[in-house]
Amino acid sequence: MTIIEAILLTVITASTPLVLAALGELVTERAGVLNLGVEGMMIMGAVCAFVATQLTGSPYVGILAGILSGALFSLLFGFLTLTLVANQVATGLALTILGLGLSGMIGESFVGVSGIKLQPIVFPLLSDVPYIGPLLFKQDIIFYLSIAVVIGVNWFLFKSRAGLRLRSVGDSHASAHALGINVIRTRYLAVMFGGACAGLAGAQLSLVYTPQWVENMSAGRGWIALALVVFASWRPWRLVAGGYLFGAVSISQLHAQAFGIGIPSQFLSALPYLATIVVLILISHNRRMTLINMPASLGKPFVPDR
Amino acid sequence: MKKLIFALAATAAVLGFAVQASAQEKAKICFVYVGSKTDGGWTQAHDIGRQALETALAEKIETQFLENVPEGPDAERAIERLARSGCGLIFTTSFGFMDATVKIAAKFPDVKFEHATGYKAAPNVATYNSRFYEGRYISGQIAGKMSTKGVAGYIASFPIPEVVQGINAFLLGARSINPEFKIKVVWANTWFDPGKEADAAKALIDQGVDILTQHTDTTAPMQVAAERGIKAFGQASDMIKAGPETQLTAIVDTWGPYYIKRTQAFLDGKWETASSWDGLKDGILTMAPYTNMPDDVKAMAQATEAKIKSGELKPFTGPINKQDGTVWLKDGEAAEDGVLLGLNFYVEGVDDKLPQ
Repeated sequence: MTIIEAILLTVITASTPLVLAALGELVTERAGVLNLGVEGMMIMGAVCAFVATQLTGSPYVGILAGILSGALFSLLFGFLTLTLVANQVATGLALTILGLGLSGMIGESFVGVSGIKLQPIVFPLLSDVPYIGPLLFKQDIIFYLSIAVVIGVNWFLFKSRAGLRLRSVGDSHASAHALGINVIRTRYLAVMFGGACAGLAGAQLSLVYTPQWVENMSAGRGWIALALVVFASWRPWRLVAGGYLFGAVSISQLHAQAFGIGIPSQFLSALPYLATIVVLILISHNRRMTLINMPASLGKPFVPDR
Repeated sequence: MKKLIFALAATAAVLGFAVQASAQEKAKICFVYVGSKTDGGWTQAHDIGRQALETALAEKIETQFLENVPEGPDAERAIERLARSGCGLIFTTSFGFMDATVKIAAKFPDVKFEHATGYKAAPNVATYNSRFYEGRYISGQIAGKMSTKGVAGYIASFPIPEVVQGINAFLLGARSINPEFKIKVVWANTWFDPGKEADAAKALIDQGVDILTQHTDTTAPMQVAAERGIKAFGQASDMIKAGPETQLTAIVDTWGPYYIKRTQAFLDGKWETASSWDGLKDGILTMAPYTNMPDDVKAMAQATEAKIKSGELKPFTGPINKQDGTVWLKDGEAAEDGVLLGLNFYVEGVDDKLPQ
């Protein structure tokens, strides 16, 4: 295995949770709901996936537990913001704080327990293809799922009727409501999809990335996922590119340090963020294009008149 | 964002204190942690010390702690709230709390403060530290024996004296065995981020190191080392559970006796500012069992440990050159504590540019 392949393998592991959580949030935001609780849902996914894996011995049960816990946890957000029409920003923040605390409590007796790592699924012939084989066809199921989710979300949002309805809810909930679309139900589903994706991302952290449970182990990745959605101007493929760019720069800077190229490490550590800003400037020079993609009703509460 | 979260958490904490204030007769001893108390490393070691304190002086004191307090301005608020809530003695357990501790201490002259690993003191601020570098010298010697490639990976957190001492001591130890020994340093710029620490470990192993040591707080690097089948050293707590066949030894911080001693002095009204810097011989620092190594290496490590304890061996004893080749310590000259506590340069042979 060459060093390039080794770097790319690490990049994939580092980027997958970002891409997954961000994709979920993208769908939520496309429906007009701003859920700042990604970090909280992610860490809940991480702890539930870890605990379920330990209890059953199967990481696949863990993955399911991660997805379910993320979705259930997001339901709390949905109930507060959609049914009780609470402020989305405050509720999202509260969800993050609650998630960090609750996960610490759930996982308390599992700290320091050595985890069970999710094993890769090897595609017999494809994995032997030089270079791309080991990278793309010798991965764990969460990576394959993330690819499926990208393709699925892109198709759903821009090619399906249901996706069109979801986007219309995000762009103008009043018009969507007038057309007979059930705004609240659509938003509930979008929020739960976001939660499920964040939960799956969390499962990746505690089953693949670092197979262990430590409090706070998401370490701010939920916030990076949130930023990625804006970075991608709410487009799935841009989001994937952004997520992998961020991962690639993060990992390359570590290699640059180990290689000893003599650039101050503080600068190297800031590189992923600098790269993100540069790209953001480049793609946002056309302001209209960005605004077209931004859901017009994002963050606005909807109260159907009776 | 963090600020808002913290403000909410702090408000909740204050409410909690208000409820307890009525029952307060015992002296309140408080702790500020940079990480989670179950991180498996640095903060956990401090929390074990706190529990030892609580057990030892259960009749007279109660303890309180704040976890996951970010270094920087937020730390000030956390420390201030503890000071206001009636804590008599406050231990702030991370280097990055230094300025915040000194600043708040000036506002509360009647409250006593103890800051770990820093160098700024005041009449009501004592500092305490541990000679971690003694353990790292031993680790270095073990690495010198165990590494077949003669290259170790070093995951560092922040370029503060404590970490620089560790890197230097590790290299000096390794070179005392293998004069050609090299280390590759990666700065994670965090104390606590399992993912990033694991990424750093992978990067180092991919670049060919066959032994790993860390100065960050989670067991993630140990786990990566175990997965890739190389050996590694634990940090702050015994990390053997994360790598039963991987950990060679670990530098284990044992803060309990110090916390008990200082709290007792506080209760007796004899607390005075001080600068405590003990090491292996005082038991504030212990080595986890030497495992996964041949008997001769183990014997060597034990011999070195004994020599350091007896004072016969001081890791920073000349001849030692600085990284640029100029003389730092002449033959037989030992480094002064003052210089070590502010150490901001590498010794000769470290293949890295020290971030300033």
